[in-house]
Amino acid sequence: MRASRYHRDDFSMTKQRKALALISGGLDSLLAAKVVMEQGVHVEGVNFFTGFCVEGHTHAIRKKDKQKPKRNNALWSAETLGIKLHILDIVEEYKDVVFNPRHGYGAHLNPCLDCKIFMVQKAREWIEANDFDFVITGEVIGQRPKSQRKDTMPVVQRESGIEDRLLRPLCAKNLPETLPEREGWVNREQLHDFSGRTRKPQMNLAKAYGFEDYAQPAGGCCFLTDEQYSVKLADLWQARGEKQYEMDDIMLLKVGRHIRPAPHFKVIVSREEGEGKFMQGYRKQYPHLKTTSHGGPLALIDGTPTEKDIELAARLVARYSQGKQADRVELEFTDLQGNTRALSVVPLPAHEVARDWIL
Amino acid sequence: MPQRISLDCHRLLCPMPVIRVQDQVAQMQAGDEVEAVCTDPGALNDIPAWCRINGHQVVETREQEDEYFIVVRVGETG
Repeated sequence: MRASRYHRDDFSMTKQRKALALISGGLDSLLAAKVVMEQGVHVEGVNFFTGFCVEGHTHAIRKKDKQKPKRNNALWSAETLGIKLHILDIVEEYKDVVFNPRHGYGAHLNPCLDCKIFMVQKAREWIEANDFDFVITGEVIGQRPKSQRKDTMPVVQRESGIEDRLLRPLCAKNLPETLPEREGWVNREQLHDFSGRTRKPQMNLAKAYGFEDYAQPAGGCCFLTDEQYSVKLADLWQARGEKQYEMDDIMLLKVGRHIRPAPHFKVIVSREEGEGKFMQGYRKQYPHLKTTSHGGPLALIDGTPTEKDIELAARLVARYSQGKQADRVELEFTDLQGNTRALSVVPLPAHEVARDWIL
Repeated sequence: MPQRISLDCHRLLCPMPVIRVQDQVAQMQAGDEVEAVCTDPGALNDIPAWCRINGHQVVETREQEDEYFIVVRVGETG
């Protein structure tokens, strides 16, 4: 026993250990990676793109945000740490997590626990393919109601297949020893015992490391935690009769007013110039309306509208144009074949827009 | 002879242009170049940031009628 122990320690001292850190762009993952780097472990980062990431998209689309400095926080974290970052596109594989979460949804359509299991599983596959030793996450016990609880943490380890090769440096002292700790790759005493929803320990640690310009804690990094977005996604599934989406669908759910006057069609009306510009990229995929007599939004029509529906959509669009008080508003309608025709409509008055049309 | 590839990143929002560049670079040799043609201005920050942390070089950026051109030269350490 003694001989093998010496051998193991000797080995662990000579081999450069390598860890893959899940980098969301938030403070916790930044700190977790830094804590392990400080112990001499080679760390690289991974960031998963699910299609529902809040990061960047709405800022990129909306004109009102154009003056804000744009930055991808995961890239910023990696650059701050001086580590490589691998950004993995998991959009297709992630669909099954969204459609069939084994552990159910959170308050909205957020499958947080299944999401964490899936991402750790992808990280496990990555370290096995790239000869890395373990995975790091910035999880803190009690930080999130669904996925970061003491009773769900072993579930993530078990169902992802990572088992004890998952180190959570910010709360490791509250958890059983992991392989990196047992093997002496990291010193457990230099890990942390954070717990609960307070952010103070993280902010103090950030200050100690000299991190200043980190992303501020917000309502989450995923659109699926957003009530309004979830309502629109659920509506999409209901209208199509199945849980399904393509990348364009979930992008369009992030922009415009979504108005469904009937089950078989909805109208997406841009709210400002930036959204209108973004939606122009979808003109070949959707029939669309644009006001010609007055300034106004671009509107896409999703579904199978009849002639009567197109007129209703035109009246809705006129309502959101500068001609909403005018007797009539002229519009141009373009179908999927690119054929255009002129429409002249009376703007829809507010009382004719049913409340449950607005998603 | 170094090769140069053009990547169509129209309508893609970050980080998708970065992912496209990353996946293309993984198939290229040091000294090769990839030109990403983007419509998301965020790519002007994100692709250079990705290059800095992964050992590649941005050799040209330009804007032309709402399109952003970013030319990346593949580094030795990629």
